[in-house]
Amino acid sequence: MSNPVLTITNLTKRFGGVTAVSDINLEVMPRETLAIIGPNGAGKTTFYNMVSGRMHPTEGKIMLDGRDITGLPPHKISRLGVSRSFQINNIFPEMTVQENVEVVLSAYHGHSRKLFNIASRNTSIQQEAVEFLKRLGIDSLKAQRAEVISYGDKRLLEIAMVLATQPKLVLLDEPTAGMTPDETRRTTRLIKKLADSGDYTFMITEHDMDVVFNLADRILVMHRGEKLFAGTPEEVKNHPEVRVAYLGEEDDEAVEEANP
Amino acid sequence: MKTKVLMAILAVVIAGLIAVPWIASYFYVFIFTEILILGLFAASFNLIFGYTGMLSFGHAAFFGIGAYATALVLIHLEWPFLVCLLVSMGASALLALMIGFLSVRLNEVYFAMLTLAFGMMVFAIAYQWRSVTNGSDGLAGFTLGSFGLGLDLTLANPSVYYHVVLGIVAIAAIVLYLICRSSFGMILKAIRQNPERVSFAGLNVRTYRLVAFVIAGTFAGLAGGLIAPFLRVASPELLHWSMSAEPILMAILGGTGFFLGPFIGSAAFVLLETWITTYTESWMLVLGIILALMVIFFRKGLLGTAIDWWMEVKK
Repeated sequence: MSNPVLTITNLTKRFGGVTAVSDINLEVMPRETLAIIGPNGAGKTTFYNMVSGRMHPTEGKIMLDGRDITGLPPHKISRLGVSRSFQINNIFPEMTVQENVEVVLSAYHGHSRKLFNIASRNTSIQQEAVEFLKRLGIDSLKAQRAEVISYGDKRLLEIAMVLATQPKLVLLDEPTAGMTPDETRRTTRLIKKLADSGDYTFMITEHDMDVVFNLADRILVMHRGEKLFAGTPEEVKNHPEVRVAYLGEEDDEAVEEANP
Repeated sequence: MKTKVLMAILAVVIAGLIAVPWIASYFYVFIFTEILILGLFAASFNLIFGYTGMLSFGHAAFFGIGAYATALVLIHLEWPFLVCLLVSMGASALLALMIGFLSVRLNEVYFAMLTLAFGMMVFAIAYQWRSVTNGSDGLAGFTLGSFGLGLDLTLANPSVYYHVVLGIVAIAAIVLYLICRSSFGMILKAIRQNPERVSFAGLNVRTYRLVAFVIAGTFAGLAGGLIAPFLRVASPELLHWSMSAEPILMAILGGTGFFLGPFIGSAAFVLLETWITTYTESWMLVLGIILALMVIFFRKGLLGTAIDWWMEVKK
């Protein structure tokens, strides 16, 4: 098999006396979809924040394609190929849906340094932006102001923006959080399609277990900042400690196994 | 259709501005010279405020240093006016680079406070460095010589000076407008709406904020270079923090979301001040009431409100 896209060794983040993420080791292989699950406060978002450069790790190392990216600022990590979405919508509300993607594309293609071109006449960027909107099935909304589209569509727009930087690794932070069941199904299908296209490597945090088991090739279970278990969806489903820690099953047998 | 009407209105306004010396009294030639210069000052400010979302309380530093630079060059070197203006722009760009480098890393209120602090420092230097700046009296007694480029212009004539100002402000406004419409300008707007998303798209937000800050400072310096010969003095008042408030008020009055907003704001500000002070001493009270009403009821400013109203009527 090929080399991992992401290699994480001994990654730790402490806030004062609290250890939010403790000694995580992980490899992400190209074109796989890795889900990270764990109860609230398990350290998933802190973990994302370190990988995407929003926070500096206290200890440990993050390698992207064999290159050390530990502690680099977000814009550099993004340039090197890690792109992420956020738990809360993170778009440009006063621009049109299409312009939202155009901003990211002009950053990616280096147009953003041009002081005297006319942005609204950049047809190649505009066409490319529409292509990304099509991939997420929201191209019919391209002329709408981003703040007026539905919550679910905003989340899809953000995914379009994340993909527009042609990332080696895509981090999605609870992509279906707050969505209606219909929106969740639509989004899951879309992510599944993108993952199956073989163009992307995904890392996804998610609370909805149906979504996780539907999408993930592999699952990392976090608990109180630590790696509890990593394995295939089947292994995770049947792992007694995981069931206690996260799936919340009041299974007496499992409890006994977990706390002998 | 809409663009055609807007272009027609703009053409009429420009023709009217060109015709001012022939159709209005000398008094209004002075008034309109001031409107244009302060309009450029406010428009330069709006590049960082309305577009990039950075509220600077120290923009007068660049306006003032531009005025002092032109005054100093006229006094000591007697270079052509055009060269003076280039020196003004260079000086303010350099100052903006220094102040900006230290300020743009901070956000919102901290950025505002830091720019205010630097603005006050620049004021203090101009006030106390008597051997160069002539202290509180400021630099006066300079005269304009040639314009440059071999053009034979009698700059001492207020009408000629008005036309020179109109031409330079128009060129500067076009350059600023092109910057606002560029991909770079689009990124600035994106930074105002969501700086974090911009940095996660791979751009160093701090660098973009700094470049915008320097461009804004440079054009404020140009406006300062134009104001010194107009006032016939470069004095510390031009650097005072209250001078930094003027472009803020003008931009809000005219509309921060529109490129021409600050120019409309400047016109409204200067004309209202002129008219109201003939009736009452309490111009500031009236201005305060107008601004409060604008901020409460007409957030988009005079221009934005007018455009909204026109769009409604068209429907």
